[in-house]
Amino acid sequence: MAKTNSRDRMKNEINAGSMADIAFLLLIFFLVTTTIAEDKGVLVKLPPWSEDEPDITKLKKRNVYSVLVNADNQLLVRGDLAQLDDLRENAKNFIMNPQRAEDMAEEPKKAIISLKNDRGTEYGTYLEVYNELKAAYTELRNEYAEKKYGKLYEFCTKEERSEVRSEIPLIISEAEPTNFGDEG
Amino acid sequence: MSKFKKNRGKASPEVSTASLPDIIFMLLFFFMVVTVLRDAELKVEIETPRATELTKLEKKSLVNYIYVGSPVEKYKKEYGTKARIQLGDKFANLSDIPLFLEQHRSKVPEAQHGGIKSSLRIDKGVTMGIVADTKTALRKAGQLLINYSAKKKES
Repeated sequence: MAKTNSRDRMKNEINAGSMADIAFLLLIFFLVTTTIAEDKGVLVKLPPWSEDEPDITKLKKRNVYSVLVNADNQLLVRGDLAQLDDLRENAKNFIMNPQRAEDMAEEPKKAIISLKNDRGTEYGTYLEVYNELKAAYTELRNEYAEKKYGKLYEFCTKEERSEVRSEIPLIISEAEPTNFGDEG
Repeated sequence: MSKFKKNRGKASPEVSTASLPDIIFMLLFFFMVVTVLRDAELKVEIETPRATELTKLEKKSLVNYIYVGSPVEKYKKEYGTKARIQLGDKFANLSDIPLFLEQHRSKVPEAQHGGIKSSLRIDKGVTMGIVADTKTALRKAGQLLINYSAKKKES
């Protein structure tokens, strides 16, 4: 009697309850091993390669905002020692030139930022500088879009964006690095 | 007595767990599809810098990764402490970059070749010399869209 009872309960089926455990194990394995690696970064478009050096003598001096970073990670902006914290504001001021100063950009379209670094410059510093310059442009574009369309640049339509872009083009020219510092 | 037992055996009060594996498998497949297995073991130490002007890289299949940093502890004996380039899962030289890009390009459908980006994952401590050389190599190879991998800066 007891024997039939136990056979009755088993019903010759494999217990599927443990399947869930196996699947859970796999799930946890995948959860742990995989990384939803969000890759973010500063997007840059490099100029096409050409053998000859670009001719910068044609540019007016007032339109060029030169930023130099030396091997000791110090900044030289238009011939003067500068701090990274002031770079964004100064660059914005230079590009827009609200006071119509004689030695600043004639108009945003003509402004060119020239970035030069040494082979010994730390990459972290270089990217911080680049980031500040890009941020200056982003802020200016946002301000322009806000004034003209009443919304931020990233919320604008495609046509509005290209309009803003043509008004305030992002021109950062990078020269070949100098080779004075010690390359670690 | 026997009648009592029989009844309980037939209509078991338990909820059937047979569909539970299906649910879990569904979750499993979801995670398998959305997550990407990291294909390269990092042989160089990389601590990316922080920045604010970040762009998110979408379409993973259109992105190739170039790592630059000094070798990790176990490769220091063999390769020294000077910053090196890693392509895929091995150390490489500048001259290997065009081939690496071409290999990646061949896996991408022709129509999307214009959208291929190179993600430069560079340690913030390396000097610009090797970075500039890498950039020059990329320009020569016609890979102009690059992305300096960085973390979000809290400000």
